[in-house]
Amino acid sequence: MKLVSIALVVFFASPALALAENDVVMVQSTTSTQNSGLYAYLLPIAAQALDLDIRVVAVGTGQALGNAERCDGDILIVHARAAEEAFVAAGFGTARYDLMFNDFVLVGPRSDPAGVAGAATAAEALARIAAARAPFASRGDDSGTHQKELSLWGGIADVAAASGGWYRETGSGMGATLNVAVGMGAYTLTDRATWLAFENRGDHVILNQGDPVLFNQYGVIPVSPARCPNVNAEGAAAFSAWLRTDGQAVIAAFQPGGQQLFFPNAGN
Amino acid sequence: MPDYDASQVIPFQPPRSPEMPGLRVQGLHVTRRNVALLNGVDFEMSPTGITALLGPNGAGKSLLLRVIAGLIAPDQGRVQIPRAMRERIGLVLQRPVLLRRSVRANLRHALALARVPRRDRSRRVAGLLALGHLDGLADRPARRMSGGEQQRLAIIRALAANPLLLMLDEPTAHLDPQATHAIETLVAQISSEGTKVILVTHDIGQVQRLADEVAFLHQGRCHERAEKTAFLRTPESAAARAYLNGKLLL
Amino acid sequence: MPTFSDSILTALGLIASADADLLEIVALSLRVSLSAVFLATLIGLPLGAALAVFRFPGRGALVVLVNALMGLPPVVVGLVVYLTFSASGPLGVLGFLYTPAAMIVAQTVLVTPIIAALSRSTLSDLLGEYDETLRVLGATRLDVIATLLWDARFSLATALLAGLGRALAEVGAVMLVGGNIDHVTRVMTTAIALETSRGALPLALGLGMVLLLITLVLNAVVLGLRGRLEAHAHA
Repeated sequence: MKLVSIALVVFFASPALALAENDVVMVQSTTSTQNSGLYAYLLPIAAQALDLDIRVVAVGTGQALGNAERCDGDILIVHARAAEEAFVAAGFGTARYDLMFNDFVLVGPRSDPAGVAGAATAAEALARIAAARAPFASRGDDSGTHQKELSLWGGIADVAAASGGWYRETGSGMGATLNVAVGMGAYTLTDRATWLAFENRGDHVILNQGDPVLFNQYGVIPVSPARCPNVNAEGAAAFSAWLRTDGQAVIAAFQPGGQQLFFPNAGN
Repeated sequence: MPDYDASQVIPFQPPRSPEMPGLRVQGLHVTRRNVALLNGVDFEMSPTGITALLGPNGAGKSLLLRVIAGLIAPDQGRVQIPRAMRERIGLVLQRPVLLRRSVRANLRHALALARVPRRDRSRRVAGLLALGHLDGLADRPARRMSGGEQQRLAIIRALAANPLLLMLDEPTAHLDPQATHAIETLVAQISSEGTKVILVTHDIGQVQRLADEVAFLHQGRCHERAEKTAFLRTPESAAARAYLNGKLLL
Repeated sequence: MPTFSDSILTALGLIASADADLLEIVALSLRVSLSAVFLATLIGLPLGAALAVFRFPGRGALVVLVNALMGLPPVVVGLVVYLTFSASGPLGVLGFLYTPAAMIVAQTVLVTPIIAALSRSTLSDLLGEYDETLRVLGATRLDVIATLLWDARFSLATALLAGLGRALAEVGAVMLVGGNIDHVTRVMTTAIALETSRGALPLALGLGMVLLLITLVLNAVVLGLRGRLEAHAHA
């Protein structure tokens, strides 16, 4: 009986005891990179190359930055340039590096009630949506996507005033927002990688794309050990360096369904 | 009947009580919601034998037992009990509350509460079972016995701690004549072996069969206390006379 | 639009194939939640017993509080536990964040009030029945607690099952403090949330059915045992 009790205690205690044994690097990143499957593909390769245990916490950009500011990550991979630069300027990050890019696309119901398919620019497409008061689902969560979206609405429509009407803020990640958009037949702005990996498309298709302003740049930022003494600075630096060198080919090689989702551009 | 070695049984033996002063309740008052439930109860009891507390419903008999047992503190007055007896009181309620366990487990539990050494418990249990004639039911869940059997268990359970005073609150009120007879035999045996017994009852026949002395209670007071035969033949108080004649007392 | 039969088929397919990832996730869910219920019982059961048996000033208010805490929102608990174990928080040095340890702590916080409140209620009822008798038999307050706990053990088992159900079902707390990290802190509920956000709704529902099935089996086992044991009840 005693032996059984001890065995049970060990079995249940082991999750608690499975703390950082191997050299662990915590990555705070976004749902778009997670949901596309990039990390599932890339991390095992990186882990083996660097002999590190690399773990990703995928949350909204705002939350990722907040977590990193609280020293709960060793390295950041997000796509909100202005916020990233502010992060470094405030001393939380060592430096910001370009990592890879893709683009945003405007998706909506195949019937396209606002007629955005023919618009020449993203601004024109959004203007048509506002004019038609067609439902539009926004992330509403300070994420990289959300910030890009807000920058596009500038000068076209006062979406804050329209919130709750045709403009609907879900306050959620990209996947949840897409579920909502499909569910209510709304337009939404999404990064291409998430859309291509998304399985609940319903009646939605890409209606507008290609405007250079829809460019989506990802950056990588090691968290500053000066600010956060507990970070694995060496591990973060090693991973960051790898991502910008050998990792670039790995990123390019990630082509689910024959389509490349992320384009490495760390040369800058 | 289970086959056990008699030498493995510790028969129930009441503790030897030296010559003790009697019990006395003095001027007990208990009032609840402006109703005087005990209204100056005052009488003495013999330190040996069986004292019956007789009276109609609502006389305060059960309440008096609880006060003597120390479960309820009186608003006024006091209970005088020989020091030795004070810690060794057993109380059996009208409807026994048994644990959701076997008969044997109930007895073991009571013995544990009485801090009886572990090594003696089995034998003490056997002795108590024999006393209550419950040997064959030792492993039966206690609540799955008849009313009479449950009451017998409650009584022998109360004996686990070797009480000097055993109080019973209308133990046979809900039982048929056979069960009543079994209980009365048990009580008589316990008394004959030296335990002081106070028995609350409204059954005059039971008084006749069991009691040595009687205290008659009515409306929260003791109207009379006398030796049994004298009381039954020539009660002094009007209330007792009326009661013994079968008149409804209000 | 996924139908329920799609999901049931997916669920059966997952179970039949004994998918390694699924097994890993199920095992972690069970370890985290069962550990949390175990700890919650260690804390909650004596607390519930004490609240039932002892009388002290403020007891009534404490009972109300414990009952109210049954409704603690998991996401709020997750947030508080996250801030506690954050590297910049008071207990950051423990390194619990983003490990199952933090998940166990968060779920323990959620489950303890359930066990405390339900056990207090059960034991209180039983005390009403037993109190006088035990007092007369010379029981101390601790004797009373021990007697009540044993005699009420079957009802208490239901309280534990309620706590386990809560733990297995919640996602808000474990998502925040665990981070849903693949192979490290991913449990059934966070996996379901992830698959939902990927739009893989049939898979998400299928996982949901697997989770329901596990909960059903656990309940059946405990209540089945209870029935057998009650039939032979003697301490």
